[in-house]
Amino acid sequence: MTTEEMLNRLRATRAWMSIFRRGPARTNRTRSLAIFGNVFLHLLPVKVREQSLRVRATYYLGTISFFMFVVLTLTGIFLMFYYHPAAPQAYLDMKDLRFVVSNGVFLRNMHRVAAHIMVIAVFWHMFHVFYRGGYRPPHEFNWAIGVVLLLLTLLLSYTGYLLPWDQLAFWAITVGTNILSSAPFVGPQLRYLLLGGNLVGENALLRFYVLHCVILPLLAALLIAVHFWRIRKDGGLTVGESNERDK
Amino acid sequence: MSDVLATTIAGRPEESGRGEIGRRDFFNAIAAGAFGIAGLGALVVTYRYLLPNALFEPSMNFRAGTPDLYPLDSVTYMPDQQVYIVRTADGFYAVSAVCTHLGCNTQWKPEANLIACPCHGSKFKSDGTKVEGPAPRSLPHFAITLTPDGELLVDKLETIKPGQALRV
Repeated sequence: MTTEEMLNRLRATRAWMSIFRRGPARTNRTRSLAIFGNVFLHLLPVKVREQSLRVRATYYLGTISFFMFVVLTLTGIFLMFYYHPAAPQAYLDMKDLRFVVSNGVFLRNMHRVAAHIMVIAVFWHMFHVFYRGGYRPPHEFNWAIGVVLLLLTLLLSYTGYLLPWDQLAFWAITVGTNILSSAPFVGPQLRYLLLGGNLVGENALLRFYVLHCVILPLLAALLIAVHFWRIRKDGGLTVGESNERDK
Repeated sequence: MSDVLATTIAGRPEESGRGEIGRRDFFNAIAAGAFGIAGLGALVVTYRYLLPNALFEPSMNFRAGTPDLYPLDSVTYMPDQQVYIVRTADGFYAVSAVCTHLGCNTQWKPEANLIACPCHGSKFKSDGTKVEGPAPRSLPHFAITLTPDGELLVDKLETIKPGQALRV
């Protein structure tokens, strides 16, 4: 029995059909169904223009941003196994991750470097989309989602900055939250709410930890899903029409 | 159900000239109101929940020792309290060491006779008066009193006007 035959027999089983709910993807219709019928793939377009696959079309900047998000999520989860968001334990845990835990320094640096790359990639992605005219109809909603995602990226960076609980972290958050408190009328109250107190202390560390590890990543994941799905709904990437205009 | 369908097909009752609110609109308004009030209430209690009632922060007043610890015309930094105890011929005053710009710790520079902020370069005189920005205001003065047993007591919750020195 050849591999092809074995695969065909597998695809005909009831278990396979109950999961994938279609036959082999041989026709355009079954290929489309493969995308539509899969919760992970339905965000992606069924067909992609060849033009938009060229490196120069996107430089894969959005893909790089997303990949960094995945790397940050995975390394972040591993870091959470050794990190207690409490003072002064947080600082000691960070030191342990660097000097005691096997491969801890690698994970921590990977998290840190990926965070830098993500901020750079998101900005670059935005500039690139902007100069391609990607904010124009019908993409204006997705552009707005992207702006919110930039904001979330920066907030994730900022909240992560406090977690090592060193001098740099303490003063960066002191200065940053004082900038927040200069907002008219609501500023001081917002600062109190964010820090859970009047100064950068244990409450602030815990709040930033929850924001950094739960609230902001969930929001980002949700909006990333909408962002991808919206590319499909808006008829693919902007590259085609932009290139035609240039000619 | 057939009534509702009939209403939907025939249009709203008020449009049919009877001047009454329909049952569906009535219930919709009740539901929207109920969810609106409940949602608003949920927001308020959540907001209140997130504001801590008890803080485990350092006390805002502290004893700074006896006055004879401080020589005349001296500026002494209290690192744990972020306060300068300044003694002049007029008496004692307590100046905040927290920069009014973005909250960094300032430093007393005796060679320049200035208080300087390392973060963004603001400068103040020893009595807290602003010399150079970006700080928007001078450093505030805190209430300073003498305890019955003869120690200086600084209350960081109470700011006073500059020029009110404590005479000992």
